[in-house]
Amino acid sequence: MNEIQARFKLARPGFQLEVDLQLPAVGVTVLFGPSGCGKTTLLRCIAGLEKTSQGRLVVNGSVWQDQSQWVPVHKRPLGYVFQEASLFPHLTVWGNLQFGRKREPKAKTSDLDQIIHLLGIGPLLERKPERLSGGERQRVAIARALAVNPKLLIMDEPLAALDHQRKQEILPYLDRLHDELSIPVLYVTHSPDEMTRLADYLVLMSRGMVLASGPVRELLTRLDLPWAQSEEAEAIVDATVAGHDEEYYLTFFDFAGGRITVTKRQAQLGQKVRLRILAKDVSLSLRPLEDSSQLNCLPARVVELEGVANPGKVTLKLDLQGVMLLARVTKKSVALLDLRPGSPVFVLVKTVSFVD
Amino acid sequence: MLTNDDLQALGLTLRLASVVTLILLCLGTPIAWWLTRTKSWWKGPLGAIVALPLVLPPSVLGFYLLLLMGPNGPFGKLTLALGFGVLPFTFWGLVIGSVFYSFPFMVQPLQTAFEAVGKRPLEVAATLRATPLDSFFTVVLPLALPGFVTASILTFAHTVGEFGVVLMIGGSLPGKTRVASVQIYDHMEAFEYADAHRMAAVLLIFSFLVLLLLYTWKPRLERSVL
Repeated sequence: MNEIQARFKLARPGFQLEVDLQLPAVGVTVLFGPSGCGKTTLLRCIAGLEKTSQGRLVVNGSVWQDQSQWVPVHKRPLGYVFQEASLFPHLTVWGNLQFGRKREPKAKTSDLDQIIHLLGIGPLLERKPERLSGGERQRVAIARALAVNPKLLIMDEPLAALDHQRKQEILPYLDRLHDELSIPVLYVTHSPDEMTRLADYLVLMSRGMVLASGPVRELLTRLDLPWAQSEEAEAIVDATVAGHDEEYYLTFFDFAGGRITVTKRQAQLGQKVRLRILAKDVSLSLRPLEDSSQLNCLPARVVELEGVANPGKVTLKLDLQGVMLLARVTKKSVALLDLRPGSPVFVLVKTVSFVD
Repeated sequence: MLTNDDLQALGLTLRLASVVTLILLCLGTPIAWWLTRTKSWWKGPLGAIVALPLVLPPSVLGFYLLLLMGPNGPFGKLTLALGFGVLPFTFWGLVIGSVFYSFPFMVQPLQTAFEAVGKRPLEVAATLRATPLDSFFTVVLPLALPGFVTASILTFAHTVGEFGVVLMIGGSLPGKTRVASVQIYDHMEAFEYADAHRMAAVLLIFSFLVLLLLYTWKPRLERSVL
């Protein structure tokens, strides 16, 4: 019951969409792929903004579309955040929030207070959209979508129209949504940063087709997919903040594969964090390094290696007590160290970024 | 100053223009909306028909309307059967003629305004549980308000300013069909140049004020909505 089944076939001049997906109806599912790969069209099909003659869509057991029926957009219990905030210019922020609520009998006042608080838009309620910054507008748009008490939140590149600074302003709010929302979220983006930061489940798309879909930790470290061969390739590691060292200004992160030490970050003791480790920030050694400036040296085993996409480079998948990491090293290093599937190695991690 | 006949003609003109504007608001809005939204093959032909009065000589329109509404025309037979009598040379005959003649002045500004609103606000409204009709009244209407103001002013002013169609369908019956433009014509025919001057000046000033209103007020209205 707790899943989204989506099957669509759509042909437009110069573009074709053909997908058959089963997505979990919990957490954040990111639809990821280059511009024009059909991510937005797929979202619009799910929302009912695009009508396909052939398709079947079942959300949490209720049929939104099949051969015999098609539920119109305004009857689907969803919230939709567009790429541009698209607030109603003739209404205030409060009017925009109320627009959907007035029409949704199941919406509760207490929820709205919580939503306003969650997105930090309390001081903006009386303003017209023209007097909001781009980031504020998008926060209001997210609040407006949540205010109708949706069973599914759909977000179509909500940050794409914003500059870097505004993105940084909104991302912490999205992290909060990720932690506090109980409803499933479908999130479209072509930004690797947003994807690795927010995704629980990942759908990789290309040219109107689904390349692969699955739990994000699994998919990111699959060497047969383009992601692991790309410049941005990185793996996700779930860790806990184990402590700080005030004297040397360090923070320790513990995970199943060991401890990672980095320069001090703002994080509370015991806090669960998502570490993102870039393949190019990981190097390998056959023996533990003792006389080295490198603080992070963890035992691991090579699972597989693949060197097709980058001349002179090889991407390796490494197993650290069940946690998968990616490393990008030169072909020559692989030959010198005689690395092959099963080889025991030591993993040197230069740096990590993390999301709380 | 203006004679009683002149005032009567002006009063009739204002009544005609008001009635025509109201009728066209009701008729023009759905047609303009349909023309904006449709992908149908009919969009081109219907758009052309709506625009016809812009280029057609009023006498052509007047001629066909007379034939249609006359006692032997299909529409005339209908009005006779329904007990309304024959419409040419009556106020309601004028109304029908003017509705046709002013059609593009209502539909085209509305269509432009609807196109400017775009599809996105409607999609947003639909995801916020609004039915299409609901969205039209609560989103499209407020956003296209400046377009409605423009369309109404233009339709009103254009109806005040028409002459050919009115003369052909209505003639010049005092208090029934003799509108301001026809009154001026009658004055001139009778060599009453002083009277013609006064009426002409009234219409000139009226038209100028209407356009002045349109050009100064509309940008302000658009700003206040957006």
